[in-house]
Amino acid sequence: MANPAKVQNFLDLAGTFDPSLILVMFGSVVVTFIGYRFVSRRPRLLLAERFLVPTLKDIDGRLVIGAGLFGIGWGLSGFCPGPAITSLPLLARGTLIFLLAMVVGIGLSRLLTQASLPVGRVMPAASSED
Amino acid sequence: MVTEFTPAASTLGGILIGLSAMMLMTFNGRIAGISGIVGRLLPPYVGSDVGGALLFILGLLAAPLAYAAATGAPFAQSVSGNAALMAGAGVLVGFGAGLGGGCTSGHGVCGIARLSARSLVATAIFMATGFATVFVMRHVLGG
Repeated sequence: MANPAKVQNFLDLAGTFDPSLILVMFGSVVVTFIGYRFVSRRPRLLLAERFLVPTLKDIDGRLVIGAGLFGIGWGLSGFCPGPAITSLPLLARGTLIFLLAMVVGIGLSRLLTQASLPVGRVMPAASSED
Repeated sequence: MVTEFTPAASTLGGILIGLSAMMLMTFNGRIAGISGIVGRLLPPYVGSDVGGALLFILGLLAAPLAYAAATGAPFAQSVSGNAALMAGAGVLVGFGAGLGGGCTSGHGVCGIARLSARSLVATAIFMATGFATVFVMRHVLGG
């Protein structure tokens, strides 16, 4: 998944399609699903006071537009945040540029979402899926 | 460029990602969403665990070393060197993940595993725009 060529080939249904990414998603979702069921039965966490899981439920414009833009950038580069960070030590020029731009993008979204919050309201720390 | 279908390696990789998400929930009660973890390194630091985020990112950075140690070969990848393309893509990915409240890990893995409707919708949307983007790039513009 840290190879953008494989991600872009997964997204290229009409061309050099490579289904590998489906198995990454399938494996990770199944393990996480089972894992979360175990964790939620534990009386307490090992290193934290409480769970900080997302609480938002609304499917709003932000979610739709954000996910839409994210997918465009993901398709253009073959990178999403995790694999891009993992690729940093390999020092490809494109990776360095992508990561700098990504941090700028996260900062911009922060400015926008905070500017549009009602004055005096603090956003809950774990309100989104991130 | 053609890449080989790698069912075993990809499934194993997925399982490792799942174990990582499970560990973070067990120890810290948190979702393993990478864009959110990166976001915690940026101000304002409202109730965010900056140290934990930094350690998680250090772990991600150590992955190529772990890969080389486990397989005996450096990780091979093919990254576009087109500066304008990568800069634009990076801003879109960062801004989109920030606005949409998550990326492939937060929505695509952890959110779906929590059966979150928001995450299912977000994942369907970013997959759709991803497919569309690559289609246009490769088959309409011919890049």
